[in-house]
Amino acid sequence: MSEFLRSDVMLAFAVMTAVTVASRLGGYWLMGYVTVTPRIRRMLDALPGSIIVAAALPVAVNGGPVVMVAIAAAMAVTIIRRNDFLAVITGMSVAALARALGIAG
Amino acid sequence: MTSHIPKAPAYWARDGILPGVIAIGPLLPGTLAFGMAFGALCAQKHFTLAEVEVMMATVYGGLSQFVAVQAWPERLTPSSIAALALLTTTVNIRFVLMTATMQPWFGNLPPWQAYSSMLLVTDGGWLAAMRYREHGGANAWFYVGGGLVLYALWVVAAIPGFLLAEQLADPKKYGVDLVMPAFFAAMLVPAWKGPRRALPWAVSGAVAVAIHALIPGWWFIIAGALSGAITAGLMDEPPPRHGAAS
Repeated sequence: MSEFLRSDVMLAFAVMTAVTVASRLGGYWLMGYVTVTPRIRRMLDALPGSIIVAAALPVAVNGGPVVMVAIAAAMAVTIIRRNDFLAVITGMSVAALARALGIAG
Repeated sequence: MTSHIPKAPAYWARDGILPGVIAIGPLLPGTLAFGMAFGALCAQKHFTLAEVEVMMATVYGGLSQFVAVQAWPERLTPSSIAALALLTTTVNIRFVLMTATMQPWFGNLPPWQAYSSMLLVTDGGWLAAMRYREHGGANAWFYVGGGLVLYALWVVAAIPGFLLAEQLADPKKYGVDLVMPAFFAAMLVPAWKGPRRALPWAVSGAVAVAIHALIPGWWFIIAGALSGAITAGLMDEPPPRHGAAS
């Protein structure tokens, strides 16, 4: 514990960095060997929205009412104001407020 | 059905930096809060501040760092380090899909520029860049400028969190866990182009929820995203085309 940078911890970080860098470079590298046909183009175009939904929906569904209401509030703000900043602040505030009031989740 | 604004190859022009930073602006308070919460968690897990800073700057994957530190083993052995590597991979494998979508944009740049740019990929930075690209943008500085600001903030953010560990024990109290979902939701609204374009999203969401319920870990993101992309690939067969790319 007295050590500043423990060597076994540094080794673990190095391995974690290696797999993360491989992920960051791998997709770009692989696509260099793929001819972008109209079908591939449609798949790539659908990816951003698909990743968003895949990452956020299970969190929302399993997050309980507080998370669901907070996400709904963020979307409502976006529809009305088209302001990303306001949407994020709204989502955080709704969740923080609900939890401060003792609502679980 | 799928009409596209012609997309120019990447170029570097400094006037893209400021718009790029503004585009990721909504993420800055959340990134600060997330980084602080992570610093606080590391203090509780008895990492040194120097170690935390090394991890912030090298691994640079907020969610994966959180998951790994929460699952940090009592003793680091070859097998427990391998387990951490597997855990990190399952959380970060989504970067493969993200940088795949960047290749048609950055593909004309010298490899060293393109690959070092890919090291800056994060959920929010990539998403903001994709929206810019969707509107015909091609300036590489837009993405790299925003990415560098997010990186710098992330590396710095852990320090106050580490020092204030007592106060920040429960990041959920401040709604920090809502930052990414709220930003994602905000990005999804303007991307809405009618129910037909949204069918892949619906498939992605359904698969992700099912996999999340059935398989432990973070595979649900990759399974959902791939299902959505495959659905889009199977939809509206294009007319046979010759010659010029669309």
